[in-house]
Amino acid sequence: MNLDFTSEHEMLKDAATRFLTKECPYARVKELEESQDGYSPELWQKTAELGWLGLLFPEEYGGYAGQFVDMVIIQEAIGRAVYPSPFFSTILQCGLTILEGGTEDQKKDLLPQIAEGSLIMALAQYEEDGSYYPQDINLKAEAQGDDYILSGTKLFVMDANVAHKLIVAAKTDNEEVTLFLVDANDPNVAISKMPTIGKDNNCEVIFNDVKVPKANIIGSPGNGKETLEKMNAKAAVAKAAEIVGGCKACIDITAEYAKQREQYGKPIGGFQVIQHYMANMLLEYDTTYNYLYRVACMIDEGEDFARDASALKACANEVYKFISERAAQIHGGIGTTREGDIGLFYRKAKSCEYMCGDTDFHYEEVFARLLEQGPM
Amino acid sequence: MDYKLTEEQQALKKEFEDFFREEMKDAPPAYQKNALEAMYGDDDGWQFHKSMQKKLAEKGWFTMAWPKEYGGREAPIIEQLIFSEVHAYYRAPGIDGFGVGMFAPTLMQFANEEQKERLLPPIARGEVNYCQAWSEPNAGSDLAALTTTAIKEGDHYVVNGQKVWTTGAHRADRMFLLARTDPSQKRSSGLSVFNVNMSIPGIEVRPIHYMDGTHLYNEIFFSDVIIPEHDRIGPEHEGWKSTRATMNFERSSVGSYASAKRSLEELLEYVKTTKRGGRLLYENPMVRQKLAKLYIDIERGRDLAYRVAWNQGKGNFLVSATGASESKVFGTELFQRLANFATEIMGLHGQLGSSKWAPLDGVMSDAYQWSLGMNIAAGSSEIQRNIIAWVGVGLPRFK
Repeated sequence: MNLDFTSEHEMLKDAATRFLTKECPYARVKELEESQDGYSPELWQKTAELGWLGLLFPEEYGGYAGQFVDMVIIQEAIGRAVYPSPFFSTILQCGLTILEGGTEDQKKDLLPQIAEGSLIMALAQYEEDGSYYPQDINLKAEAQGDDYILSGTKLFVMDANVAHKLIVAAKTDNEEVTLFLVDANDPNVAISKMPTIGKDNNCEVIFNDVKVPKANIIGSPGNGKETLEKMNAKAAVAKAAEIVGGCKACIDITAEYAKQREQYGKPIGGFQVIQHYMANMLLEYDTTYNYLYRVACMIDEGEDFARDASALKACANEVYKFISERAAQIHGGIGTTREGDIGLFYRKAKSCEYMCGDTDFHYEEVFARLLEQGPM
Repeated sequence: MDYKLTEEQQALKKEFEDFFREEMKDAPPAYQKNALEAMYGDDDGWQFHKSMQKKLAEKGWFTMAWPKEYGGREAPIIEQLIFSEVHAYYRAPGIDGFGVGMFAPTLMQFANEEQKERLLPPIARGEVNYCQAWSEPNAGSDLAALTTTAIKEGDHYVVNGQKVWTTGAHRADRMFLLARTDPSQKRSSGLSVFNVNMSIPGIEVRPIHYMDGTHLYNEIFFSDVIIPEHDRIGPEHEGWKSTRATMNFERSSVGSYASAKRSLEELLEYVKTTKRGGRLLYENPMVRQKLAKLYIDIERGRDLAYRVAWNQGKGNFLVSATGASESKVFGTELFQRLANFATEIMGLHGQLGSSKWAPLDGVMSDAYQWSLGMNIAAGSSEIQRNIIAWVGVGLPRFK
């Protein structure tokens, strides 16, 4: 056992923090949030040059064969900076889906393009009922000769508005979930942004009889559910890392504020009520932070991590809401404004909560596995 | 970074598990619930503790992380953690937390050679049990307000005053005492630490009963108690420094998470096999969610405890001071949550102590009462939060 970072980890951490502090200050985040594309193509290219986009992919697919712990370090930095980009949708959701379930040809074709920053992708999984369960996927894929015809509506498709390609989860005639690779600019695909608390690129995507060749099935027909579940467990851990980074920013910013801001002639950080708020924030943060790195290590060590991925995501969801709410409260009036920065985190806490499964969904996953395996 | 145990460590873990599983078969029934209560609470429990203490000493298990010069084998921190987890999981006694966990490391750092040679071996051999005489009626969280005096007269000190909340004083052979050796100095100045035999004249121990009737805590009254000078540990009037260090020795609280995990296992079994209103308890979504939350908190608490121990193992006490306070407060409040959830899930039966009607033989109704004390003992949750805010967050401390 060794709980220390390697020097490579430390370097990655420093580089990521330096890059995002310089290139993506909170003022820039707010600008990007207001833009139609919701991200900066220029920054995306710089991110590609840093090697983050191919970090998780094996070398034969243009990647760097990094550990999951490396990804967690990057995601933490992204969360601290609230960096708006299609990183999560392209790398974690679609990249991992291709890696876990794609054919050799698809990996060779798509992953290098993702790694170099020329291919942005979005995953269309959720539908009108907002269910996280793959068995509730109802978008129709009807076989027609060498093609499938896709029809139906997908919701909460992150970054579809800027994606080149979509991965679409659909139900084929035999009721099995199958994943399809679809061109985002197909004339029969209608994409529009949805107004969300997180001011992010959540999209509605309508498929009007979109013709997709059989060759565009990710992997094989019927493996959609399994592939999505595998991807989702890892993506949930990466999302938890983003949350943990956001929590740390809340604590640092608020501690600084509480030391500076004076009332009754004293810094408010000296008052015990503020101290105990902040003690609770740090306590929630530290417990979640340490859990995050253990689960990341479980992934790298090839252990069964599904139960703990769910436990971690449920915990991170609640902790981010708690910490960002307390942080805003300690800021007083300025905490409620667009001009202040802390509101960014309070809003992101809500959008992060829904990604890869909300708290109730993951509590249920945890319990189902506890029942099966026991808690050891 | 990795969490893997080596093959040797896995084998060691199995050795611990085999030992405690077997030994605990002979434990008095009170050990089903809570090791501390069972150990100090009645004579059978105390005898069982003492026999276990001897066995553990022979195996060298509670001194394995000690430096070689004091008879330990300088085992890596991870082995100590594995031991603490298995020991707590089986609700086993046999370790004098005050002697082994607090006073022995204080001696190693602050005692003179004669004292080390005289006082450490009996602790290592499991022959003595200590109690910790710190708190007073008007010095609880504010320990430095203590007024018990130890006035030097020739080659000895004369002690007068009162201590309170002294766990196990009615069982202990010795105590480590913090007293004011210079009454002209205030607060943390003018204090000294002493090693005291409980059997010497002038010491009176009176019980304080816990709300369920258990006898763990005591008051101690000192009337002209004579302590030889050679039992003063460290320089005269400078006892606060070593006392601060004593507070910090191995405080990962890792055992509390192992013990909570055992309770969660028992609870899972209970909800899988108990019906109410025609359905098994685990089919109730409220029950499912409560148990999922407990699992999450046990896991993340344990990971924090590992981090604290890891940092302490590297000698990083500044980082680990915050973590130790966090792990203490998180662990005890989790225990309280566990007891509340469990007794809620059990319904009417949740209020029963040992009885044929009691689920899990009343362990959770016991925990419901006992957990309250854990949030006060060894630094209340409020004091821990102050430390986290000052040291961890860096917030200013008003004087």
